[in-house]
Amino acid sequence: MDCVVTGGNVKVLAKAIHSLSRIGDELYLEPQEDGLALRSVNSSRSAYACFLFSPLFFSRYTIPLGHAFRCKMAIKCVQAVFRSLSSLEKTVEKCHIELDGEKSRLTFTLHCKHGLLKTHNLSFQDSESLQAVFDKESCANMLRAQPRLLVDTVLHFPPSLEEVSVSVSGERVWFRNHVDDEAEQSKAMLTELCLSSDEFDHFAVGAQTSITFCLKELRGLLVFAESTGLPVSVYFDEPGSPVVLSVTDSVLEVNFVLATLSDDSNLCNHNNNTKRARSPPPPDDFMTDDIDSYLIAMETSELAGPSDALAPRCPSSNHTLTTQPSVDIHRRRLERGEEEEEEEDTEDTERPPNKKFRSLFFGSVCPSDSQLTNQTIKSQEVLASDSEDDTQASLP
Amino acid sequence: MPLSTQSQTGGDNYVLVASLDNVRNLSNILKAITFKDHAIFNATPNGLKVTVEDSKCLQANAFIQVNLPGVYHQRGLMATALRMCYNGYGYPLTLFLEEGGVVTVCKINTQEPEEPIDFEFCSTNVTNKVILQSESLKEAFSELDMTSEVLQITMSPSQPYFRLSTFGNSGNAHYDYPKDSDMMELFQCTKTQTNRYKMSLLKPSTKALALSCKVSVRTDSRGFLSLQYLVRNDDGQICFVEYYCCPDEEVEEE
Repeated sequence: MDCVVTGGNVKVLAKAIHSLSRIGDELYLEPQEDGLALRSVNSSRSAYACFLFSPLFFSRYTIPLGHAFRCKMAIKCVQAVFRSLSSLEKTVEKCHIELDGEKSRLTFTLHCKHGLLKTHNLSFQDSESLQAVFDKESCANMLRAQPRLLVDTVLHFPPSLEEVSVSVSGERVWFRNHVDDEAEQSKAMLTELCLSSDEFDHFAVGAQTSITFCLKELRGLLVFAESTGLPVSVYFDEPGSPVVLSVTDSVLEVNFVLATLSDDSNLCNHNNNTKRARSPPPPDDFMTDDIDSYLIAMETSELAGPSDALAPRCPSSNHTLTTQPSVDIHRRRLERGEEEEEEEDTEDTERPPNKKFRSLFFGSVCPSDSQLTNQTIKSQEVLASDSEDDTQASLP
Repeated sequence: MPLSTQSQTGGDNYVLVASLDNVRNLSNILKAITFKDHAIFNATPNGLKVTVEDSKCLQANAFIQVNLPGVYHQRGLMATALRMCYNGYGYPLTLFLEEGGVVTVCKINTQEPEEPIDFEFCSTNVTNKVILQSESLKEAFSELDMTSEVLQITMSPSQPYFRLSTFGNSGNAHYDYPKDSDMMELFQCTKTQTNRYKMSLLKPSTKALALSCKVSVRTDSRGFLSLQYLVRNDDGQICFVEYYCCPDEEVEEE
């Protein structure tokens, strides 16, 4: 095997390797006829990534004839070849990758400015074939967006967040952090963002769905996509089926295949659903401002995103979506503790949520129009007196 | 930085008085050799020499030369001035630091100095010598595989001319500088030599490398290494830092 990468492509190759290091500890390298495949998989086999560089990516691409060659090596060792990404562009003129079959060594030679030559002889192991089986074209749902949009979206989640949930309807997408049941309820913070379909280059939703997958691995792809400026395509089906994230151009195809949480685990947070009586929801276009009916809907439904609304047990989920103000990207923070209180309050009776929760809610949705403010204050008062009555009524 | 020395008799009884308009440069140079707690200060009429040693295998020296009399240097704003005074054997080293009218006095206890090792490195014994612009070496040193116990230096009149090699967990790596590189200011290699030095001993030299603009690399017939760094500070004054290192005894031929 004898390949040469020149100019700016050296940086692309380096970024690909750094991106793969976010998935697994080992780099699988396989020179194929259709290009050089660099792959990685995580230890639990729930995340897989493949970067396929077509022969046109290289200024020279020669692969071993005869039997297929495959190897794997510690990804840290390959990363060491491409240290200091920022200076790569300025210093490296070309990168030569050669295989020394006899000595079981893969040699990376960087030809740099001022005649400096950096040679790295890395040892490798023979490996089994690593290929995930997936068919993204057959997925029911597909979104494509500029990487900037997704980068800006995930920026709102803390770096420590493990999993993210993505829910789609015909018109919108919601991103929210996934909170385990076991997580301390009083400490959990929910963050939710809503994007409308017109933010995307392509938005095809076959069935309303909600999937949950690992955010760290998504970030790994986004870092690469952002540096190349190529759009990211997201293909997915129902929970439990893997989500495929792709970045493609004429010389490169990248696929990240991530497992998603299956149905059962998605539902466990929201088993109060069926106990609630649901009133007709307010219209989807919040700007008609039927705030009273909105409040009624809030009282009786959980103020979480649509994921629970889309649970298979509520098949008529079309219009039970909790509405959002019609701002394209909107962020709400809910005190989980308060939400819990609300859940308890409304479990058996239709008591309105407690005052603290409501005032937090008003703060985020109330338009500044003074007239409307007066109305809401009146409404608030009405609700308050109702709750007192109810409390008295329900005391044994 | 202008360093002036004056020996005064009577009055203060100082054996040495050294003054500096801006102590920052001295501070930077000393940081480049501070890999041990103790240093030997040697004051000569030509200037100050500070020596630090490690396990009898490595020696670093910093030279701060005396400024010629009659040359006046403008003192910068907010610069800290230093006056270093020493009364002789048994007395502490007294430092007067002045900044913005505030004077700080430090007295550092002195100890019995050990004789610095004489590596017996002389120019007549030098087999190979190169002078490189520091910029390119800085890059190589920052990327060196630290899992390698040794740094191998090959110098030769033929390919690969000047090579730094490491042997780490992932495999080996070589950094080659051709003799006609524009980073190579001087190339005088008479014989092919390959020597290994403990990485842990050479690692501190990267500080001196970071400050320098040029570095000379010399090996003698025994394989001893001399690294000399030319440091040009903000005022345009020149100082030198040098490192001497013994070759690693356990040499495994690759």
